[in-house]
Amino acid sequence: MIRIALRMLLGDKLKYAGLVAGLAFATLLITQQGSIFAGFVLRTGAWIRDTGQADLWIMDEQVEFTEDRKTMLDSSLLRVRGVEGVEWAVPMYKAYMPCRLADGRRVIARVIGLDDATLLGAPPIMESGSLEALRQDRGILVDFGDAQDELSLSIEPGSSERRPLEVGDRVDLNDHEMVVVGRYQRTTEFFWDPLIYTTYSRALAIAPPERRMLNFVLARVKPGYDHEAVAAQISALSGIQAYTAEGFEARSMDFILRKTGILANFGITIALGFVIGVLISGQLLYNFILDNQRSFAAMKAMGASNFLLLRMVAAQVMFAAFVGFGIGVGLTALSGRVLSGSELAFNMAWQVPVFGGVAIVICCLFAALLSISRVLRLEPAVVFKG
Amino acid sequence: MSKLTAGQLAVNCRGLTKQYGQGENAVQALRGIDLEVRTGEMTYLVGPSGCGKTTLISVIAGTLDRSGGACEVFGDDVASWGERKRAAWRGRNVGFVFQALNLVPTLTAAENVAIPLMILGEGHDKAVRRAGEMLERVDLGARARSLPAQLSGGQQQRVAIARALVHDPRLVVCDEPTSALDHDTGHRVMELLRSVASSAERALIVVTHDARIFSLADRIAHMDDGRVERVESTPSSR
Repeated sequence: MIRIALRMLLGDKLKYAGLVAGLAFATLLITQQGSIFAGFVLRTGAWIRDTGQADLWIMDEQVEFTEDRKTMLDSSLLRVRGVEGVEWAVPMYKAYMPCRLADGRRVIARVIGLDDATLLGAPPIMESGSLEALRQDRGILVDFGDAQDELSLSIEPGSSERRPLEVGDRVDLNDHEMVVVGRYQRTTEFFWDPLIYTTYSRALAIAPPERRMLNFVLARVKPGYDHEAVAAQISALSGIQAYTAEGFEARSMDFILRKTGILANFGITIALGFVIGVLISGQLLYNFILDNQRSFAAMKAMGASNFLLLRMVAAQVMFAAFVGFGIGVGLTALSGRVLSGSELAFNMAWQVPVFGGVAIVICCLFAALLSISRVLRLEPAVVFKG
Repeated sequence: MSKLTAGQLAVNCRGLTKQYGQGENAVQALRGIDLEVRTGEMTYLVGPSGCGKTTLISVIAGTLDRSGGACEVFGDDVASWGERKRAAWRGRNVGFVFQALNLVPTLTAAENVAIPLMILGEGHDKAVRRAGEMLERVDLGARARSLPAQLSGGQQQRVAIARALVHDPRLVVCDEPTSALDHDTGHRVMELLRSVASSAERALIVVTHDARIFSLADRIAHMDDGRVERVESTPSSR
């Protein structure tokens, strides 16, 4: 009878197409918004992932995310180095600074100071110039994308035509003239301000003076040691907190989601997709059941139990859900491919289609509930009423 | 299930009543029906519209509860059972030809005929094959793959008859089977029903007010105002 149920569904092509289109649209809305949300979430940890050499991130215990500037005592570096299981530990400086370009334009940039000796914590891909050039006097590295956009220069004074910031160009950081010695490539982040790298000592030299200057300590765990265990030992030291890279990423993501309301905004859109799915599929399914009411009643008269009819309706709903979901997810993947070159955050992680699938199934069950009750209440004798 | 022979009591209704609604809105559809239907017979229930014919076959077929009296079908008091048991009983024992036919428009003739077999648990392919054989018996073997909309009214009625008989039920109830057919087609359909469905082990009850087909009945129960006024045997039964 399941095959009969599906033949009944597929036979009414217009209603079937409407039902599938409604579910595909709901799936598209849910999974596309879900993928964009996942893309934003992924971006919150992009800088941490780009700084791939560190197993552990050590910071003031009150730091909540990557841009949170709460500093530690310089001695924290030595304390971390003294913990058993730490192979190496290097300092890192990170702060916002005013940046003045050669054409007079001013922007706020994030400046990162890397350990002078090792340059550990540097971005992984250089586009031009070299990381070693950072050791040159007043050397800085700029992001290739920033160089085309926020850090681009007017070709002539007053001209709207711009050119990218190149190696050799000069930039004022907090009123200190610096020289671009290389351009690197980074993963697109949640935060948009230009990210400029220099050495730790140079960063301290140009930064506004503070009693404490150290933001982060990056550490590598010796082979054979458990990362979580070493992090716990470091965290036991007073005033500082150590996270694995994944842990820090999760903490940053959690803070950003809580503070920005992104979760609520996307949640509302996804919920709207769900409601639209329920309304469209519920309406069409209800009409479909209404149109087939006499057929179901005839089957009931001919001996079909309520359970059998329930299975038939469930099969119809699930089949439509499966096809609608497939088309919707396909369209989402296609839109992701089309948008892959754009600035739009998009990450169709495996959780997104799984979540979308569960949402569509629940949506269909809601829709089916509206219709099934009608089938269950059918009097088989209704078929004798002409 | 013991083997039935012609002339055995298939349906035995005594003082059967059915009331729709309550209080001032109550409608007494059946007012104490006494009726016997025997195997091997084609019994017509005739009478004016609203006299209770359809209500009576609905109660006999186990699709409607009675309000009072007794009604046994092949010795079973179906009304005393729960809906699940009653549905299973209908599936095994009753074939239906509905006035509106109720063929599923999106299924082929063979699939429509196969529905009672599939309700009884038979697989799709085997049921459709058996349905095809049944369609051969009603001279529609060549139209097994046609959709109902591609068939004439008479052909659709034959599909409905094939569907009522495919699972070899002991009782076949037909509600106004010729109401939508012209005289010749109606007559041919009833002749076909009689020739294909009549069996010593089966009872047929036909609700109709089409006097043109009375000659094909074995017995005719005349109903009026919720009562069986009289039951007469026809020449065809003698």
